[in-house]
Amino acid sequence: MNDEEFEERRRKLDEALASKRPRDPESEQGGKGSASGYAMALRLSSEFIAGILVGTGIGWLFDRFLGTSPWGLIVFLLLGFAAGVLNVLRSAGMIAEPEDGRKAPDRRDEN
Amino acid sequence: MANDPIHQFHITKLIPIEIGGLDLSFTNSSLFMVATVATAGAFLYLTTASRGLVPSRMQSISEMSYEFVANMLRDAAGTQGMRFFPLVFSLFMFVLVANLLGMFPYFFTVTSHIIVTFALAMLVMGTVVAYGFWKHGLKFLGLFVPHGVPGVLVPLVVAIEVISFLSRPISLSVRLFANMLAGHITLKVFAGFVVSLASFGAVGVAGAVLPLIMTVALTGLEFLVAFLQAYVFAVLTCMYLNDALHPSH
Repeated sequence: MNDEEFEERRRKLDEALASKRPRDPESEQGGKGSASGYAMALRLSSEFIAGILVGTGIGWLFDRFLGTSPWGLIVFLLLGFAAGVLNVLRSAGMIAEPEDGRKAPDRRDEN
Repeated sequence: MANDPIHQFHITKLIPIEIGGLDLSFTNSSLFMVATVATAGAFLYLTTASRGLVPSRMQSISEMSYEFVANMLRDAAGTQGMRFFPLVFSLFMFVLVANLLGMFPYFFTVTSHIIVTFALAMLVMGTVVAYGFWKHGLKFLGLFVPHGVPGVLVPLVVAIEVISFLSRPISLSVRLFANMLAGHITLKVFAGFVVSLASFGAVGVAGAVLPLIMTVALTGLEFLVAFLQAYVFAVLTCMYLNDALHPSH
């Protein structure tokens, strides 16, 4: 087989492949969007709940060892709530991180 | 109990071992962890053993998983992050293969136990903290002090940042565990509906079609979740490792 024949076959194959590919890239994006939306929802909710749980846990231990019940629980529950909100905003990519030149600005919104 | 949706998560001792009062028995969970490692290892070894320049189908699956994790790590943590590639790739393959093995009927799902996922998450956070302190010393604590915060607010912000940091292993482990647990329970419950409805005669059999359709659809969803959760676990590992490499906020 010489080069011209080979080029000809390659061109035909390219055409055949192009006709098989989806015309509209948007339609594929839609399917991907819903799958990663599902992942996003799970991620955000668990981030928020984890913040509150850890805050409450620290508050409970604080009270238990220092005998300040119920103030430690109250204060750390509120701090945990704030940390949960911070977690959610951060994983949603809503917080502009001060750049130090290496981090990509949108490094937190992978999915 | 054929219809008990929780029964599939019971731990049974296969080989009882007790050393110094500690229960170190080889359980069905241990068996499936060994199976997971063996499957992942054998797959990667056998598919790359022939190493064709033009990869076979199986070889390209191995290569794709390598490229996938490598790109994920490079995007999140830069080329410096590649020193953690063995850790991230092992974690990704372990979680993915464990999730997928759990999809076989009568198989045990290792990742549906929180202690397993929590151990994996603590491994990640332990690496982050140890590497951060080893590489940056006390500057690693700068992770908790954002720039440009007024002096009065610093204690409050630091407390919130510390809680946020401590909540990471929890959210990492709870997410994986809860997804696998909830998915498998839902599947079992819907599959149970099929059997109990079908015992009500002709009308029941007609009605049993609905939960059967649901079970088939959920099985597809569970395969998606199995992959997605392994992916999310690996992505978050990469992002946390990035904090260890570049702690300045």
